[in-house]
Amino acid sequence: MSAYRDEDPRIHDIKTRIRVVPNFPKPGIMFQDITTLLLNPKAFKDTIDLFVERYKGKNISVVAGIEARGFIFGPPIALAIGAKFVPLRKPRKLPGKVISEKYILEYGKDCLEMHVGAVKSGERALVVDDLIATGGTLCAAMNLLERAGAEVVECACVIELPDLKSLRELSFDFMVSNGRGFLRSEFSKNDKWLDLRK
Amino acid sequence: MFAAENGLKGDPRLQGISEAIRVVPHFPKPGIMFQDITTLLLDHKAFKDTVDIFVDRYRDMDISVVAGVEARGFMFGPAIALAIGAKFVPLRKPRKLPGKVISEAYELEYGTDCLEMHVGAVERGERAIVIDDLVATGGTLSAAIRLLERSEAEVVECACVIGLREVKGQLRIAVEYRSLSMNMLRHRLT
Repeated sequence: MSAYRDEDPRIHDIKTRIRVVPNFPKPGIMFQDITTLLLNPKAFKDTIDLFVERYKGKNISVVAGIEARGFIFGPPIALAIGAKFVPLRKPRKLPGKVISEKYILEYGKDCLEMHVGAVKSGERALVVDDLIATGGTLCAAMNLLERAGAEVVECACVIELPDLKSLRELSFDFMVSNGRGFLRSEFSKNDKWLDLRK
Repeated sequence: MFAAENGLKGDPRLQGISEAIRVVPHFPKPGIMFQDITTLLLDHKAFKDTVDIFVDRYRDMDISVVAGVEARGFMFGPAIALAIGAKFVPLRKPRKLPGKVISEAYELEYGTDCLEMHVGAVERGERAIVIDDLVATGGTLSAAIRLLERSEAEVVECACVIGLREVKGQLRIAVEYRSLSMNMLRHRLT
C-alpha cells in the first residue's frame, strides 16, 4: 500500500527523476529506470531519508537487498538505521554456503540465494528492491528470511507498477495500491490481499 | 596506494574491517581464495567505518561522480556518494542498463567481458572516483576508467576495500595510468 496519501513534498521531485524507457527489455514493457534518480544527489538522499524515517527505531536489525538494484538502496538504509545488510543474489554468486529459493517468472523460473548464517532466528528484517511488479521476487526473498527464522516486517520498494499485467495468487497476504503509482509501497504480512482494480 | 601509504596506518578502524572479511577457499574455482565482503556488511560498525574512511578522504576533493562497478561496487558506492554529495553512476554488465550506453571491453583470464555506462550520466569536466570491493589485476577498473574518460570526466582515484597484493601478471592500472592513485583499505596476499 502506498504510504503517502497526503504526499510528502519530497516525493514529487523523486518521481519526476525516474525515467521511463519504452520497450526494454522487450517490446511492450515500459521500464522504470531509477538510474536517473541516482544522478541527483538531493533526490537520491530524499529517497533514502523517506525509508529511514519510516524504519528507524523499529528494532530492525536486517536489511536484505535484492540483486542488483536493491544493492543501491539497501545499504544506505541499513547504515542509517543501524542494521546489517544482507545481499540476496542470483545463483552461484555468493561464495559461502547458501539457502536457495526458486520463484516463477513470466516464462520459466529463477532462483534467489542467501548466505547461511547471515540472519539469526528472531531478527526483524526489511526487504528492499527498486521496484515491485508481481511480487514474485519479493516472495522468494521473504521465504529465504523466514526459513532462517527472521521476521519480515515489511518490503520497501521505490516504485510499484501502476498496471500489473497479472495479479498473482501468493501464499502471503499482500496489499497492493490502486495504481496511483506512489513512490513507495510497503507490504505488511498481516494485510489482506485486495484486488483494487476490480 | 594502500591504506598504510595513505596515512591510515594505525587507524584503529582498519583492524575491525580486516577481521570482518571472510576468505572462502576454492571459489569460484579451485585455487582461488575468495575475499568475501558479505561478512563485513553484517557488521554494522565495520561497514560504517569502511564507508566513513572513504568519505573522510573524498569529501573535500570536489568529487561529483561516484561510479560503482556491478555488483559489489553497488554495496559501497551509493553510501559514499550520498555522504559526499555526489551522483552515483552504476557501471554494469551488458544489456542491464535500459537506456543508450557506451561499452568498454576488457580482458579476463580466459576471454573478454564488457562494462557499460549510460550516455549522459556523466558530464565533461566532472571529477569522478570508481568504487569496487576488490582490485586484482585492475582489468575491470581500467575499463571503468576508460568509460568515464570517454565521457570526458576526470578519474581522480579508484577506491577498493581490498587490494590483492600479489596477483598473476602486473597490476594493469599502475602501468597504464601513472598518475592515477589507488586507495585500498586492506591488502591481502593471494
